[in-house]
Amino acid sequence: MNRTFGDRLILVLVIGAAFVWMMPMLWVLSLSLRPNEELVRSTAGILPWPKTLEHFATLLRVSLTPRWLLNSVIVAFGMTALTLLLSSLAGYAFARIDFPGRRAVFLLVMAGLMIPEQAILVPLHAMLADWEMHNTYFSLIAPRLAGPMGVFLMTQFFKAVPRELEEAAELDNASRLKIFWSVMLPLSRPALTTLGIFTFLFAWNDFLWPVVTATQPEMYTLSVGLGSLQGNFAMSEGLGFLMASAVFASAPMVILYVVFQRYIVQGITLTSGK
Amino acid sequence: MTVTSVQDAGSRPHGLARYRDALSGYAFLAPFLAFYAVFLLYPFGLGLWMSLHDWEIVGDYREFIGLLNYQELWDDPYFWEALKRTLQFAAITAPAATVLGLVLALALNGPLRLHGALRAVFFASNIFSVTVVTLVWSMVLNPDRGLIANGMRAVGLEPIAFLADQDWAMPALVVTTLWWVAGFPMALFLAGLQQIPPEVYEAARLDNASRWAVLRRITLPALARTTLLVVVLQTVMHLQVFGQPLLMTRGGPANSTRPLVQLIYETSFRDWRSGYASTVSVVLFVMMFCVALLQFRLSRQEGD
Repeated sequence: MNRTFGDRLILVLVIGAAFVWMMPMLWVLSLSLRPNEELVRSTAGILPWPKTLEHFATLLRVSLTPRWLLNSVIVAFGMTALTLLLSSLAGYAFARIDFPGRRAVFLLVMAGLMIPEQAILVPLHAMLADWEMHNTYFSLIAPRLAGPMGVFLMTQFFKAVPRELEEAAELDNASRLKIFWSVMLPLSRPALTTLGIFTFLFAWNDFLWPVVTATQPEMYTLSVGLGSLQGNFAMSEGLGFLMASAVFASAPMVILYVVFQRYIVQGITLTSGK
Repeated sequence: MTVTSVQDAGSRPHGLARYRDALSGYAFLAPFLAFYAVFLLYPFGLGLWMSLHDWEIVGDYREFIGLLNYQELWDDPYFWEALKRTLQFAAITAPAATVLGLVLALALNGPLRLHGALRAVFFASNIFSVTVVTLVWSMVLNPDRGLIANGMRAVGLEPIAFLADQDWAMPALVVTTLWWVAGFPMALFLAGLQQIPPEVYEAARLDNASRWAVLRRITLPALARTTLLVVVLQTVMHLQVFGQPLLMTRGGPANSTRPLVQLIYETSFRDWRSGYASTVSVVLFVMMFCVALLQFRLSRQEGD
């Protein structure tokens, strides 16, 4: 392909923009690897680095960060597994089982897409306060299982699966549950992967609900914990520690992104319909 | 004889099958519907109910006051200020993110590995949590030790305290947000570009059409649907802005960056006035509902 001067110029400009784009993250990474004594004098430049891992050591030894990491892992995996299970069960019913009231129930569920989390934040808090369930994994996970997006995606997916694949199993007189489990679920691995990655990303980065329901530092997720550190910007541990926390909290997402980039970019077009 | 028995044999399993379908249908749905009813429908109704009450977050004090909360809202300067700031933020950020996403998509819709790598770079900031993004940008914008302040000093300029300055705080939040989200519209536009048939471009090339003409006559019209989708998604998203002002400016200076969600959050969880906070939530819901309806109408029109 012959490339014109215009194409080259655009490419050069975009490469420049990409460097500017990456600069904040690279700079923070470099700050997290410099000793505090140096940071007090100057935060200029990106190089030379790395110099020290002391901030990461502090983070793991004396802060609550390991606990927050554990909470985030539990919440993210729990929410992902349960979302996949609930969505695929419901999606299968909507796509494949002819039961009375199907259309009405489907519309009722899809109407939930119109209700934003902010609209139910306050009553949800009141409800869980009544149950005395705040500051539990249950309250961090359960309200997030009510969103209809996963059901919508799985319904669309199951509808597109050719009928013939189930008919063989139906002739064998297999039960619905067995057909679902041993025929449909294995077929839906691509859809489940996409939904799973997005749920995991969402759970990991979730902020509004966790900041409301988790008020005890032991129950913070990484995202909430990092937010709480920003309250005391001039904290005793110093700038290096703060920057190391930011790097630490984003590292799992960077890894996930590098591994699953293809799915993430594909999934975006999927989740936003067409 | 034989005919009736065949009919019998046919109709009975048929009725049974229908019954079994109904049963298994609802059995498959039950787990999700339980969560949906308890954690979405019920709180939504409760929120409407709470908005008619003087309702304290702690304790049992709740008194039915009809529409008094709505009346108070009408006279509340904090509400109007927050509404104004929310609309302002969304009205700047949504179009800016759309344009930025479009420009990036147009520039990076190429076959080279380099294009792929650059797409990955611009999309990457999307995966960070709001707390990571605000921490990074608070530091970048910091007037004493920030990245931008360092740069300004290096060229002999006086650093600006962006987040503490009434004129700069909002633009600073917008820039932070654009850095965070612009990869998302870019990905949507790239998907839209992929759907344009290559033959169309072939024809234009044979006509020796200029780059600008191709963009205006072919590419942009073909992206109309995607653009509508992006604008709506972005608008709805930025009407919900919360973490950036909460963590970077606390709504200041002088309430110049406090959006509705932060008002809801503070009214309920700092001032304990959950009834009134629910009233603000209802208003926010209605706003977002209208945007979604608008999209529905527009996409219908286009389909016709």
